[in-house]
Amino acid sequence: MKRRSFLRSEAGHGLLMLSPTALYATIVMAAPLVAVFVFSFMTPGYLKVVWTFTLNNYAKVFSSPIYTALLGRSLMTSGVVTAVTVLTAFPIAYFISFYVSPARKSLWLFLITIPFWTSYLIRVFLWKVILGYNGVINSAFLGLGIIHEPMTFLLYNMNSVVITLAHSYAPFAILPIFVALEKIDRSLLEAGQDLGESRFMTFIRVTLPLAMSGVVASVLIVFIPTAGDYVTPTLVGGANGQMIANVIQLQYFKLGDYPMGSAVSITAMAVVTAMALVFVFLNRRFLRGPK
Amino acid sequence: MTSSPAPAARLARPLIELREVEKYYGDYYALRKITTDIREGEFFSLLGPSGCGKTTLLRCIAGFEDISGGHLAIDGKDMEDVPANKRPTNMVFQSYAIFPHLTVEENVGFGLRRDPSSKEDKARRVAEALEMVGLKGFGKRAAHALSGGQRQRVALARALILKPRVLLLDEPLSALDKKMREQMQSELRKLQRQVGITFILVTHDQEEALIMSDRIAVMFEGEIAQLDSPERLYRRPISRKVAEFIGIMNFLPAQVLSTGPQIALDVAGLGQIGIDAEQCPGTPRTGEASVGFRPETMTVLYDGDPEPTRGKVAQGTVEEVVYFGDMSYYEVRLEGVEKPVQISMRNVVGRPVLPRGSRTRIAWEAGALVLFCEPKG
Repeated sequence: MKRRSFLRSEAGHGLLMLSPTALYATIVMAAPLVAVFVFSFMTPGYLKVVWTFTLNNYAKVFSSPIYTALLGRSLMTSGVVTAVTVLTAFPIAYFISFYVSPARKSLWLFLITIPFWTSYLIRVFLWKVILGYNGVINSAFLGLGIIHEPMTFLLYNMNSVVITLAHSYAPFAILPIFVALEKIDRSLLEAGQDLGESRFMTFIRVTLPLAMSGVVASVLIVFIPTAGDYVTPTLVGGANGQMIANVIQLQYFKLGDYPMGSAVSITAMAVVTAMALVFVFLNRRFLRGPK
Repeated sequence: MTSSPAPAARLARPLIELREVEKYYGDYYALRKITTDIREGEFFSLLGPSGCGKTTLLRCIAGFEDISGGHLAIDGKDMEDVPANKRPTNMVFQSYAIFPHLTVEENVGFGLRRDPSSKEDKARRVAEALEMVGLKGFGKRAAHALSGGQRQRVALARALILKPRVLLLDEPLSALDKKMREQMQSELRKLQRQVGITFILVTHDQEEALIMSDRIAVMFEGEIAQLDSPERLYRRPISRKVAEFIGIMNFLPAQVLSTGPQIALDVAGLGQIGIDAEQCPGTPRTGEASVGFRPETMTVLYDGDPEPTRGKVAQGTVEEVVYFGDMSYYEVRLEGVEKPVQISMRNVVGRPVLPRGSRTRIAWEAGALVLFCEPKG
């Protein structure tokens, strides 16, 4: 009787509707995460895990220069990608929100998603074609006589990783900023001018603070996944463009050291989470971001 | 006859000069050759139905819209190339446009950034402005935690702290509930007298315009139909359209028999009468016309009431009575007129409301009538 009434209650209905998704999320997200977390404290054995507790894996992560260097480079790359992506996304979002007629806004947003119609892998390969030794840019510049031998700094280093990732994540950065800009009551901008500020100062004092919620979302959406990106550095990174995800892959699939790979993963996750939290906190504290 | 003007209005020099101001979007005319002066220190209202151009005119004065033709000068200076942020005007927006990311204090002090005075001086002025609008102690509150009436006050303080020559108010009371609106109407009026700044109010609420303004411009379809004091506007509307927009007016078909200083009329239901030329705000001419009067200018007489010494009497039948406590509203069918006329009467002790169907006499004064000679519309 009691069970029946629970299932009929509003909370019961809600939980029932939620349960398939919750189950799915548990199986494919929470369970692997827990497994990785547990593995990271176990003793390595080739292609298997020895079930004895140890902190050695973490000791290695923090003591050997390769991991810290790669983690540092990952955060650095991802930070640059985030800055480039968000700074280029803002003017685009601003243009669509303020200058495109309302009837055409959805068309513009649709156009922005066009790169997603091809696979991520193909887009990365295309950048290889564009940036390569005999690629589009080099051939064009050589043909125009601007350079006399192909530029080599374009591909297989951090530059190419940044360019490729910034392109891939552009729509993710544009959309949240666009939404934040759309929500700004236009009379606020008139009020800013009415109170004596120029268009530019009105932008600084009104538009930008009110768009910060979108900027913060964009930063997080770009920063968190790019810090752990694996495909792009593999394909266009070369030896000097490798990131932390590449070493995790190496530990797991080449060396068969699951506990070590797990420890690097957990460390990377913890660092990225900490940085994201610090960013959100700083933003709230000093830039009056979303409350 | 008019309400006492604000002290500064005695100078009565035009603060805003509009000369054939036009605004069109493609081939749609929002404003058609508006020419008028707005005086220093007056409470000026732009009144009209939605789409009449009143808000467009206000936005042209503020500088948010460029005018398509004509000239607009404030304080003797042409405003053509002056952007909104350089004009001596400030606006209270319909939505109030309170910055949601700032506190009340920061909102009010927003326009003081470029002011050279010290931080303490600015803080003192913000506190004063808040006190003036009745928000003392609200400075630290977040703007989004305010009620509609409080937002309104913040918007007022934020504009008035800059001591503009003109305060522009775009339907500032339309979002408030009735009680709050009435309170703000009287507060705004007092505030305007206190600061002596010219106020230009845009409203579609004729009652609000009548209560608050020194002068009202009634606008229809991009043109000013009549610009007058509230009392003139109510008593001597220039056209049937203006008359119908402001309060209630009864119309009776009439025939103009002769014109001159005295106009001879034959009015349906009232008979042959003569009125002053002053009672025809348009151009009088013989022929078909209509005569209007306000509901309170006629009196329903009871049996045995003496006929008024001045004024006249007509015969009618009570068709409908609505009792409102302090007032009663009668619909009376005059003899020979199809549409009943509305008459409002103050209720008096010892005089019960007349029942429906009563035969009655209506007393009226010739001075209350307004003659409209415009073609029938």
